[in-house]
Amino acid sequence: MTLVSEVSSDKHESVEPVLSMRDVSKGFGAVQALSDINLDIFPGEVVALVGDNGAGKSTLVKILAGVHTQDSGTITFHGKVVTIPSPTASRSLGIATVFQDLALCDNLDVVSNLFLGREIGTFALDEVEMESKSWELLRQLSAKIPSVRIAVASLSGGQRQTVAIARSLIGDPSIVILDEPTAALGVAQTAEVLNLIERLRERGLGVLLISHNLADVQAVADRAVVLRLGRNNGEFRIADVSYEDIIAAITGATDNVVTRREAAVRAHNEEKKK
Amino acid sequence: MTQTPTPVVDGPSAPTDLQDERLIRPTGVRENLAAQVKRVRTGDLGALPVIIGLLIICVIFQIISPIFLGAENIGTIILLYSAPTGVIAVGIVLVLLLGQIDLSVGSMSGVAASIFAVIFTAGHVPEWAVIIIALLSGVVVGFVYGFLFIRFSVPSFVITLAGLLSLLGAQLAILGPVGDFNIKSTSFIVQLGQSWYLPPVIAYILVVVSAGGYLLSGVVRSRARNRAGLSTPGLTGLVVRSALLLVGLGLLVAYLDSYSNGGVATSFAFLVVLVVIMNYALTRTKWGRDVFAVGGNVEAARRAGIRVNRVYMSVFVLCAGLAALGGLMAMGLLGETTQSSGSGNVNLDAIAAAVIGGTSLFGGRGSAWSALLGILVIEAIQAGLNLMNLNSDWQFIVTGVVLLIAVTVDSLSRRSRVAAGRA
Repeated sequence: MTLVSEVSSDKHESVEPVLSMRDVSKGFGAVQALSDINLDIFPGEVVALVGDNGAGKSTLVKILAGVHTQDSGTITFHGKVVTIPSPTASRSLGIATVFQDLALCDNLDVVSNLFLGREIGTFALDEVEMESKSWELLRQLSAKIPSVRIAVASLSGGQRQTVAIARSLIGDPSIVILDEPTAALGVAQTAEVLNLIERLRERGLGVLLISHNLADVQAVADRAVVLRLGRNNGEFRIADVSYEDIIAAITGATDNVVTRREAAVRAHNEEKKK
Repeated sequence: MTQTPTPVVDGPSAPTDLQDERLIRPTGVRENLAAQVKRVRTGDLGALPVIIGLLIICVIFQIISPIFLGAENIGTIILLYSAPTGVIAVGIVLVLLLGQIDLSVGSMSGVAASIFAVIFTAGHVPEWAVIIIALLSGVVVGFVYGFLFIRFSVPSFVITLAGLLSLLGAQLAILGPVGDFNIKSTSFIVQLGQSWYLPPVIAYILVVVSAGGYLLSGVVRSRARNRAGLSTPGLTGLVVRSALLLVGLGLLVAYLDSYSNGGVATSFAFLVVLVVIMNYALTRTKWGRDVFAVGGNVEAARRAGIRVNRVYMSVFVLCAGLAALGGLMAMGLLGETTQSSGSGNVNLDAIAAAVIGGTSLFGGRGSAWSALLGILVIEAIQAGLNLMNLNSDWQFIVTGVVLLIAVTVDSLSRRSRVAAGRA
């Protein structure tokens, strides 16, 4: 068995990444949260972003979502170098972020939440059109929501997560970022959300999945990108590696082939810079 | 052979929104009634408490004073006096929907009335222009509130409490040492406030238009849903409700017109029209959806790309503007502006009306209709106590108690909504 760290080169030779980050760094005061991060997301691919607490996952997500801007480095989206100064800019580029707290309006029904901020209708709302579109979307995702005219407050955790993910698809994004989508869910509901993620991949979307749960990562992700202390600490094709390999990269506890290779590459780069 | 229970799932022929097997669908009158009862028990009260309250109030006062439900008392006292504070209460409903409050609507109404009185009695400016100037004063104050709220995130409670005092001072300054201004009774605003009643023909036309409009909009919506393959509510129910609306409103107009010096007060009709328009804006337009979203979860609204600040600004401006309008109407009703215009119970009545009518203090839940229903309750109580020769002391106490009951009902129903997963 071989560990393939540079997956992108062999798997996606002909395909352009939807999104790639190159040497992205971000510091907060005295803390360097991210240093020289590289990340590629291809269409129809689920990339898991894993790492311990404080590894920089959230910072990276927030940069992509337009909450923070990077200090240095470039983000390329559909082949063009872009800046993401605001959440609105991120959305209009085609990056949909589903944050952990979901941000749903409990007092509104499912339809209203799905179309919040993107309602159909010029002056008066076209409720009929929105309701049919909601059903269409939920059917495509095989989502199990009994009625779209009930308040979101009365839905289960998994159903709420489904609504949040479905909502991110309304604007026709090319990338969906899911921040800990299964964190608060039970077994069945987790399975539901994992199914949903697979359906996103089938639609040709690039999915960036942030998760602490390696079982979930192994279940749906094609690739795992490991962050450790704000740096890239390995990139694995899920099919090729074991649970332990990923753990090792996350914790940095074990000296393995990946860390050795990373160190070698880094040293090589440093040399070139000089 | 195992016996499997036959699933009660509809085939693909069922409307798109009714295909889930978990949906509980009441059929028949009894099940529909049971479903309604369950809705109320789980905290989805709607307008029910206030309608029951209104009925109880009517029964009690009618027993005490037989002229309470007379056409004169209802037409020339309750409905006529409901209009000004009702208009202010519509604005309060809007701020409450955002989970905010405007405590200065009373003073704002007094300031608008003072500006009108001073400029109008000077006699150089036509009345319509003075009305516009007075309304603009409300818009400006609302704009200042909105700016302070958005820019410095000062709680609206504090901003408007400061506004209450400042506006009260402004009112005294504007009125000057004279203090009292009588508005001539031939002016538009006084006639609207005191003496204009809808001609019966127009009142009946309005009744037919509203019932017809209700029926028509229901049919149009039903057709559109049918075309889109969604379920449609029964046509029978719609026709019955429209007929009830037609007959009920028609009888009300006939009853009010039976008192020769009364009828349907034009100012009250204006309030009803305002409520209908505001209800449409809140439930059928993007702006209304944004108001509910901001009131429900402001962070979610912001992330959904809603321009939250604009929503806040529009609502603060509308609320203060409607307070100014209500102030002008109250001035017209009394025919004068004094130093105490807009003070006393105007503030509390308007806020109480919105809450009594069923708009939640916690934001994101309520309806424009609650302003109308709530103000009817308050004015009915005050008219009843007047008939009993009980003065302001008792009126304050009773209104206070009713407000407390309404807020308690709001809190309790919120609790049971949470328990029933409808929060």
